[in-house]
Amino acid sequence: MSNRQAVGVTEGRIEFPDVTDFADPLLVVNDLHTSFRTGRGTVHAVDGVSFSVNRGTTLGVVGESGSGKTVLARSIMGLLPVRDVIRSGTVEFTGHEMTTMAPAQLRQVWGAQMSMIFQDPMTALNPVVRIGNQITDSLRLHLDIDRKEANATAVELLRSVGIPSPEERIRWYPFQLSGGMRQRVMIAIALACAPRLVLADEPTTGLDVSVQAQILDLLQAMQRERHMAMILVTHDLGVVAKRADEIAVMYAGRIVERAPTRTLFAHTRMPYTRALMNSIPRLADPSGTRLQAIAGRPPDLIHPPQGCRFAPRCPYVQDKCRESDPPLRTAASSEHVFACWFPLVDGAPPPAAGPTPSLDPETQSS
Amino acid sequence: MTTDTTTSTPTPAPTEGSPGPGSDDLVLQVEHLVVEFRSGRQRVQAVTDISFEVRKGETLGLVGESGCGKTTTGRALVQVQKATSGTVRFNGQDLTKLSGKALRRTRTKMQMIFQDPISSLNPRRRIRDIVAEPLAIWGIGSRAERDAKVRSMLDSVGIDPDTAGDRRPQEFSGGQCQRISIARSLMANPSLLICDEPVSALDVSVQAQILNLLADLKGEFGLTMVFIAHDLAVVKNVSDRVAVMYLGKLVEVTGSDELYRSPAHPYTEALMASIPEPDPEHQSVHKALTGELPSALHPPSGCRFRTRCPYAQQRCTDEEPPLREILPGHQVACHFPLVKTPAGSVAASV
Repeated sequence: MSNRQAVGVTEGRIEFPDVTDFADPLLVVNDLHTSFRTGRGTVHAVDGVSFSVNRGTTLGVVGESGSGKTVLARSIMGLLPVRDVIRSGTVEFTGHEMTTMAPAQLRQVWGAQMSMIFQDPMTALNPVVRIGNQITDSLRLHLDIDRKEANATAVELLRSVGIPSPEERIRWYPFQLSGGMRQRVMIAIALACAPRLVLADEPTTGLDVSVQAQILDLLQAMQRERHMAMILVTHDLGVVAKRADEIAVMYAGRIVERAPTRTLFAHTRMPYTRALMNSIPRLADPSGTRLQAIAGRPPDLIHPPQGCRFAPRCPYVQDKCRESDPPLRTAASSEHVFACWFPLVDGAPPPAAGPTPSLDPETQSS
Repeated sequence: MTTDTTTSTPTPAPTEGSPGPGSDDLVLQVEHLVVEFRSGRQRVQAVTDISFEVRKGETLGLVGESGCGKTTTGRALVQVQKATSGTVRFNGQDLTKLSGKALRRTRTKMQMIFQDPISSLNPRRRIRDIVAEPLAIWGIGSRAERDAKVRSMLDSVGIDPDTAGDRRPQEFSGGQCQRISIARSLMANPSLLICDEPVSALDVSVQAQILNLLADLKGEFGLTMVFIAHDLAVVKNVSDRVAVMYLGKLVEVTGSDELYRSPAHPYTEALMASIPEPDPEHQSVHKALTGELPSALHPPSGCRFRTRCPYAQQRCTDEEPPLREILPGHQVACHFPLVKTPAGSVAASV
């Protein structure tokens, strides 16, 4: 086991401070940019994103397909293609800068300190390896324990994620499990080495609502038990409404609003956030209630529109929005930031939508 | 409310009245539908003796978890999947007795939309040809007439016919592909549209666009719909009535607003509890669902939901609850249907 590590670690070990005596924040992302060179031009998938995550807390990252939320998660992990990627900005995790780490150093971080749960468990799991071995792989790599011990831990992990008769199931292959069970196995793999941060990228999107609720409850319980931080990426505000401490709404590669969850829902400033909330069908609404869909589609990230990127779809758009880009600025509390020239006031349309903005756009925070 | 008035076989509710040409208000009548699959030497019943009907202009929602048989039911309605027994009447005509060209001809009036919009379009064909296919197959209209109809139909679903016609499916997003699928399904002027999870693969924002589009088209083309999905909030939004399915059986059928106000089956209540409400202050009054769907190879005795039911009693193991009417237009298959109280729902006493 130890020679396996010796092969990988040529750049020296990284010392991670003990989680209990490490000061917050656990993760600091500063002005992160990730672009891809393609035949059609450069796609600016993540375009200047900054935020931080404290120990044991959950950040929900919400946005439509193509908003850059998956690329953001992968940029934090360092799971990006080697070629045709341009990245800048910093990702500081427990004081270590991730963006400059060598592959061998990243391998010490992945699984052990920071792990990822992918959207599609069928493609993320290896179809020809027994699920037990897929769990013990990382255990044996990071924790330096023997096969027997690792197997016992794998059984315990499967039991803790709610898989019945785990002694038997560790010998199963992924195809023998249902979608919900596969996602539970993914969670077991991600949590095997007790990481401090888990990035869950649409962990429940392919699943039934009933299974989705179970998986999200499970993630939350595991998180509390292990005092783990989590970044929960989803397109559905409903998924994070009761599970995230803070929510960042992404649009066209940028964070357009970020606030503690209750503040975000109660004092929505950005019209896009409100539009995302309104597009969800509510059980309490009478049948046949017309949904407030967001017209159009997110912009092309090769040639993003000038000015506010949401302007072409915004119901309150004005000339200024098409001309200049609104910076992120703070709302009533400093934890609440948003990027809009004519923000909503307590969730209602901006007052006196005219050429003179009612709020001074010069009061910017960053 | 006593329950022993019916035998243990499910009540054939739709057989009341005269099925056939007389009841022309009914577009679809399904009676005792059974669909079996072979699994090795065993037989699995994916759909076990279900009966329901859909009236003209109505949208019936069919809701349940993966593996409950809702997709198989949808496929059996159009006879893509042969029924093992039971009948499916479409405008009075029993489709299970039809075959070959007669079946295909009848089926043009019932169209299906599938879950994965991208894989349900042929990647190598142009949008124009994909949408014209239903007319081309039956040789309806001249080429120019077909082209004109393709253009107007693409326009109806919000796709620009000028730029889209010559392109191929891979150039479109999931939501746009679903719009194209919908356009194709409406080309042959169907009276019945069967939507099998048409929005589950889409983002919430695009989902709202497609649901609104379906509502508009339903009015515009006078459609009757069967809407199959696992998300009760989505199903409730589009449906007039909802049929809840569990492990091959219908457990509750009623109007969508009634279903939300007073769910009578514990499974319906559990489905409602699992909807993620976009409201941090929201507290569900319903009991959440635990465990997984049992195997259809060995369904539990008695009530099939009893293994996950928080209210299960001995009788639920011994005796299968029939689908019975507890209120006019409200059918439920439960020995102890829930009664709404101010504190939430409780199981009715025996």
